[in-house]
Amino acid sequence: MSGIVTVAYIGATILFILALGGLSDPEKARRGNLYGMVGMGIALIATILGAVTDHHLLLAFGLLVGGAIGIILARRVQMTQMPELVAILHSLVGLAAVLVGFAIFMDPEAHFEGVEQTIHDIEVYLGIFIGAVTFSGSVIAFGKLSGKLSGTPLALPGRHWANLGLLVITFIVGWQFIAESATGVGSSPGMTPLLIMTAVALLFGIHMVMAIGGADMPVVVSMLNSYSGWAASATGFMLGNNLLIVTGALVGSSGAILSYIMCRAMNRNFFAVIAGGFGTAGGISVDDSSDSGDVVSVDSTEVANLLSGAKQIVIVPGYGMAVAQAQHTVCEITKVLRDKGINVRFGIHPVAGRMPGHMNVLLAEARVPYDIVFEMDEINQDFPNVDVSIIIGANDIVNPSAQEEPDSPIAGMPVLEVWRGKTTVVLKRSMATGYAGVQNPLFFKENTRMLFGDARESLDAILREL
Amino acid sequence: MKIGIPRETRDGERRVAVTPDVASKIQKLGFSVAIETGAGDAASFDDAAFRAVGIDILKDRKTLWSDSDIIIKVRAPEDEEIQLMRSGQVLISFLWPAQNPSLLEVLAAKGITTLAMDSIPRISRAQKMDALSSMANIAGYRAVIEAAQHFGRFFTGQITAAGKIPPAKILVIGAGVAGLAAIGAARGMGAIVRAFDTRPEVKEQVESMGGEFLLLDFEEDASGGGGYAKTMSEEFIKAEMALFADQAKDVDIIITTALIPGKPAPELITSEMVHSMKAGSVIVDLAAEQGGNCALTEADQVVKKAGVSIIGYTDLPSRLASQSSQLYGTNLRHLLTDMCPEKDGQLIVDMDDEVIRGATVVKDQEITWPPPASKLSVMNKSKPEKSSISESVSMAKSKPSRLIPILSLGAGVLALLGVGVVAPPSFLEHFTVFILACFIGYMVIWNVTPALHTPLMSVTNSISSIIIIGALLQVSSAEGPIMWIAGITILITSINIAGGFAVTRRMLDMFRK
Repeated sequence: MSGIVTVAYIGATILFILALGGLSDPEKARRGNLYGMVGMGIALIATILGAVTDHHLLLAFGLLVGGAIGIILARRVQMTQMPELVAILHSLVGLAAVLVGFAIFMDPEAHFEGVEQTIHDIEVYLGIFIGAVTFSGSVIAFGKLSGKLSGTPLALPGRHWANLGLLVITFIVGWQFIAESATGVGSSPGMTPLLIMTAVALLFGIHMVMAIGGADMPVVVSMLNSYSGWAASATGFMLGNNLLIVTGALVGSSGAILSYIMCRAMNRNFFAVIAGGFGTAGGISVDDSSDSGDVVSVDSTEVANLLSGAKQIVIVPGYGMAVAQAQHTVCEITKVLRDKGINVRFGIHPVAGRMPGHMNVLLAEARVPYDIVFEMDEINQDFPNVDVSIIIGANDIVNPSAQEEPDSPIAGMPVLEVWRGKTTVVLKRSMATGYAGVQNPLFFKENTRMLFGDARESLDAILREL
Repeated sequence: MKIGIPRETRDGERRVAVTPDVASKIQKLGFSVAIETGAGDAASFDDAAFRAVGIDILKDRKTLWSDSDIIIKVRAPEDEEIQLMRSGQVLISFLWPAQNPSLLEVLAAKGITTLAMDSIPRISRAQKMDALSSMANIAGYRAVIEAAQHFGRFFTGQITAAGKIPPAKILVIGAGVAGLAAIGAARGMGAIVRAFDTRPEVKEQVESMGGEFLLLDFEEDASGGGGYAKTMSEEFIKAEMALFADQAKDVDIIITTALIPGKPAPELITSEMVHSMKAGSVIVDLAAEQGGNCALTEADQVVKKAGVSIIGYTDLPSRLASQSSQLYGTNLRHLLTDMCPEKDGQLIVDMDDEVIRGATVVKDQEITWPPPASKLSVMNKSKPEKSSISESVSMAKSKPSRLIPILSLGAGVLALLGVGVVAPPSFLEHFTVFILACFIGYMVIWNVTPALHTPLMSVTNSISSIIIIGALLQVSSAEGPIMWIAGITILITSINIAGGFAVTRRMLDMFRK
């Protein structure tokens, strides 16, 4: 029987890898998702048949009720709420890792000798720690993304020392845990240190995510994604289960790469993001002395005329589009303009929005064909030929000072070079700065026009004019 | 305060300092505005149009000059006009202080506070008052129109039943505002346009207007601050002249716009070059007023030398009088708006304001020209030093960074060895699988298209719920607490599995071509 279970696990592993590999292309991705489901099904059935001998009712209850809740959630969620959903689902993985860790620790059958016991204890300890951090961190991230908590970074005085302190406590308590567990004295040896550590880890997760906010949220979400994978992997080590180890490692490295991509797109060091706050290393230098100049504001009629007269249009959406739920209007405008024979394309910055790929999902929801949606690197060299670029609720990702001012806090960050186009129209609620707190010289460029107001209303007005 | 707008007296000057539209806006700032009768006639704004917006029409020239507190006009005042002025008045007009030092002395002696529209610093905040740019823009356009007038051929190339017409080739020298406007106008009419400028950074602007930028095989930057060019070295000029001599044989029309502030215009087109041009060619010299870029230019004249028409008009903006008055007036209005922040009709000459300071050439009987170097150009000058410092800093930084990979590699090897010494084989087996899986994950994930990063997160989230297996292995435990913990875990991971896959599917279904 165990041979068959192992073979089933190998099959599931392959299917999971195929599921991830399929995401290289939207066409293949649908099949990939199917592979993932089949893989999960095989793994579940094999484990249930091979290991579950009792309490079938509880099992069935858990699977059915949980599955039903999951499907309802997936059906109900709005596409603009995806970051929240992903965050809360991460927290469930973290919680599961904590619970499984405790269950394994309490299991009287799992007992080893000597070094093996120590390694097992370390695995349990580490698994619960990562799980707890993932859990509390994700809950806070959910709160921030859904607006239940303030999005601004919480900068406690001496927060780096606090973090360090928590880590030191974790190490000391871990030492005690291993020692207690090895001697096996008392009614439940090691339980107290384990509980203390769990509380510390929860606090650590809360504090870490509280200190990060705004445009750094994509990094947080992908980092939590990574943690949930490592948590699964750690559980795999506890159980000596290769399927869990492999799957956890896949997910963990996936999240790590996403975090790396997001950090690179902001030209920021991963540790700087995790340590929280923006530009704390270099100090925020908002340069008021520079000659800011005047902005030219326009109304929707003028924008509509500009658009009708253009041949090449690039739309750059940002978080503001998501907030205003303007993606459907954008799509309508795109349709009208494309019917007139105007080439409309979208330029997406890697960190636009609050989650990796956030803008792509919103545009896809509005049925914008994905072959006119381009990445930053694909579209940047085309800007000199672009007649009109429309910036919808984005700021830092189109800021020329990233390239022009070596002292700027965002210097070196790759940006969409919209200012190289003939005309740029910026839709914005006010002249406020973006997350980085840096003034955007784009707004004062000669060929930039500002259209102030709610993105949705402005775009609706433009659509009517067209 | 009273603002007076006299009629321009210079020959051929058709512009007027304000249009009815601008005048009424100036009135809203609290000023009372009076205009000399017939001042706007040449620019197609008659007295009735001014009267319609509530502007006083003054018949008497003398009263207008002596009664107004502020005189605004286009051209610098003539001697007899200054005679009519009195101490304490403010004069705003084009003045060319560098070329007219004696005029400044007269104005200073009379105690007339004078602002020169041509001395407004070229910084972005002052763009809306930059009358030089708005006039240059018109001059550039008009230069092409004048060229077309004297050029006996089409601009655009055509292939007709009666044969082929080649497109006209135009060389624009100096890609400032006027040059760029000329490039745009000529391109719009279908000509092939080449442009040359000593400042290589304008290449992009030339290309954006549809012109071809001629590069010199020579390294020297000519940015002289404030968006103007400076005088170049001898070698550079030699190379430049060779290029022009070469181009002169090929092109049909040359438009020159080369000016260096406060100096006579550089001579760029020699008499030989003119003679080497094809018969019927045209040269438009926008620098005619400052001596001309072409050796044979005569100011305010069209001369024909060796079959080449050389146009030396100095009144190109005035030839589009209505529009240039409108733009000049708007520049003036912006300046007045800045000088009258309270909108109470009181003019404040704030010498701490960089723009006003730059424009003011006479104040309190003293000549205040030239202004101290602007902050902007000082900043520009200090920049290169800064960047060289930061370069050396970054070089210093990069040295230890080479050590870091070696150190971390060493640490990794040691850590692995340590694990290998103490860990039992069963753990090492799992560890192998773990490391390999990390690498597979690394390879696979880099192939994921950025557009699908959100589905990637939801699907990885779903499959990381494989952690349910841990719960499945525990759920049959005889121990109550363990069983219940496992049950709860199954419940929450099921939410995750079903929810993750379902939402991924929903998202992927939306990605359509």
